[in-house]
Amino acid sequence: MNEGALATEAAIGARGHPDGPQPVNARALRRDAARERLALFGLCSPALLLVLVIMIIPVGWLFWLSFVGEKGGLSMENYQRMIDSRAYLQIFRITFEVSAITTVVCVLLGYPLAYFLSQLPSRAANLCMIAVLVPLWTSLLVRTYAWLVLLQRRGLINTWGMDLGLWHDPIAIVHNLLGTLIGMVHIMLPFLILPVYGSMKTIDRDYLKAAANLGARPAQVFWKVFFPLSLPGLFAGGLIVFILCLGFYVTPAILGGGRVIMVAMSIATNIELFVNWGAASALGVVLLALTLLILYVASRVIRLDQVLGGRDP
Amino acid sequence: MSKQASLPITIQGLTKRYGDAFALDRVDLHVRSGEFLTLLGPSGSGKTTLLMTIAGFTRPDSGSLKFGDVESIRTPAHKRDLGMVFQSYALFPHMSVADNVAFSLKLRKVPRSEIGRRVENALDMVQLGGFGARRITQLSGGQRQRVALARAIVFEPRILLMDEPLSALDKKLREHMQIELRRLHEKLGITTVYVTHDQREALTMSDRIAVICKGRVAQIDAPRQLYERPINKFVAGFIGDSAFLPVTFSQGRPLCAGAALKVDDAPVGDGGALLMLRPERLRIVTGQPCEDMNRFAGTVKGAIYQGDSYLLHVALAAGIEVCVRGASQRDAMACIPETGAAITLGLHRDDTVLIPDE
Repeated sequence: MNEGALATEAAIGARGHPDGPQPVNARALRRDAARERLALFGLCSPALLLVLVIMIIPVGWLFWLSFVGEKGGLSMENYQRMIDSRAYLQIFRITFEVSAITTVVCVLLGYPLAYFLSQLPSRAANLCMIAVLVPLWTSLLVRTYAWLVLLQRRGLINTWGMDLGLWHDPIAIVHNLLGTLIGMVHIMLPFLILPVYGSMKTIDRDYLKAAANLGARPAQVFWKVFFPLSLPGLFAGGLIVFILCLGFYVTPAILGGGRVIMVAMSIATNIELFVNWGAASALGVVLLALTLLILYVASRVIRLDQVLGGRDP
Repeated sequence: MSKQASLPITIQGLTKRYGDAFALDRVDLHVRSGEFLTLLGPSGSGKTTLLMTIAGFTRPDSGSLKFGDVESIRTPAHKRDLGMVFQSYALFPHMSVADNVAFSLKLRKVPRSEIGRRVENALDMVQLGGFGARRITQLSGGQRQRVALARAIVFEPRILLMDEPLSALDKKLREHMQIELRRLHEKLGITTVYVTHDQREALTMSDRIAVICKGRVAQIDAPRQLYERPINKFVAGFIGDSAFLPVTFSQGRPLCAGAALKVDDAPVGDGGALLMLRPERLRIVTGQPCEDMNRFAGTVKGAIYQGDSYLLHVALAAGIEVCVRGASQRDAMACIPETGAAITLGLHRDDTVLIPDE
């Protein structure tokens, strides 16, 4: 705004506006606020553009493709096939089962570990936290093949077990459901531990002192005060793990040995083997819809922005 | 809730070190049954460590702690049966007000019908009747403070501990709660140990005050005794504002700036002493000197208006600057001497206190 306009506005402020007294500088200040908002928007526009190009457009395209039949016209046949074929139903059932079991095992293993970490002095906790994070920074493929090396028929575990005389014939711990679960739990564990640990660290020690002071034994302090207060983190961690599992591809593909077919693998097969983009797209859309539904239900139970890093106001 | 049986606390030789620093250094302290005792000290003095040791959250290195006649130094916190109000209140955020208050009763397997009645009684006592169903997050700071108090007294403990419970409240509310806590104490007659760093709060509420300094009890006395007859320079300097003038002895008679001091009880011992000058005990002397008045000549350095009072800075002939506080009534304000004026300050012999110079 130039100086002339400012002077006019000041004059109006001093004289009083025809429609009643106009506060001094109100318009200029409002304009400054709008400019700041615009600048902020400008800062995030590259990211928004990226999301548009690599997320919104392909997903929209996918959505469109899922309604294109084999003859090229609009059709519901891709969805109809999913309903008719028992195989697809089976694939969704296995996907949810594997995800649920992985989540439960992660909770059972991860919660006590996170509790242990949260009770350590901060130096020791930081060191242990690095141990939790290093696998997260290692390539997924490397970790999965490492498990294959350990678990296969002539792998480390079987050779050692047989050398020590613990069992005589190689046991089947990979290329099946068990192998898939072992690999997935290992890879998902940090995603559970981090939010649980975070929520445990925010629990004020005074709550635990107060509970003890009021007469609660250590076990009662844990179950009546500590555990309920750590639930938001546990819920967030479980949700993250479950949703990541739903779309998991690499680990079940390598460690499942073709016996554990999850939705993501089925999508890949449809494209690579049958070049059926319509069927693959429909599977993708259904999986995406189910994931969003789960997130929606979860958001009705608990405030997601709070458990995913936000704080109680 | 009526008068409850209360217990005395006896502490002997309590010591706690963190590395080389003593948080508690052979503390001896006796809290009388039914007494309101305040632990007062600057931050880092060990007053909170002392309270946390009584509560059972800090394990001392050595010493004895008795509730009544029972040695309790090794008793875990949850078996001590002490009421406690935390500085942060520590109200459980996942429970309602009533559930917070009922927590201790449920753990003690009190019958359900009685729990309801006692929770309601406790909430009534802190003027929060009918607030039971509220969530903690819906309460204001003052209301949370009251819930914390109700939760601490509902199981009728015989000792109540409070760790700076009013420090989070604004001044008006704090002063209101001081009176209310004091009344509640008179009603329940429960032995209370109260920690604060606010000297006015300590003076207002306590039967006795223990001033804590560097892990030791510097002095323990009733508020007035503590303020008017501090036994060392730390207590004199920590409670109230004071300036100190060096005092020498000549044939057992105290001299200050060459003049003999009129004083009732001079400290025994041949070391030096200090004369304690409180701003509100000094007054400006005009006209004929009174018989019982010690007099000090000085020059006015300036006056500061503080609302309820004014503060006059005066440089004494000895080169030490002191303050004189006067009520800011209209006529008093009218005759405040001007900067640079030579005046005489008077101190009544009853207010003349000598403390040993360490």
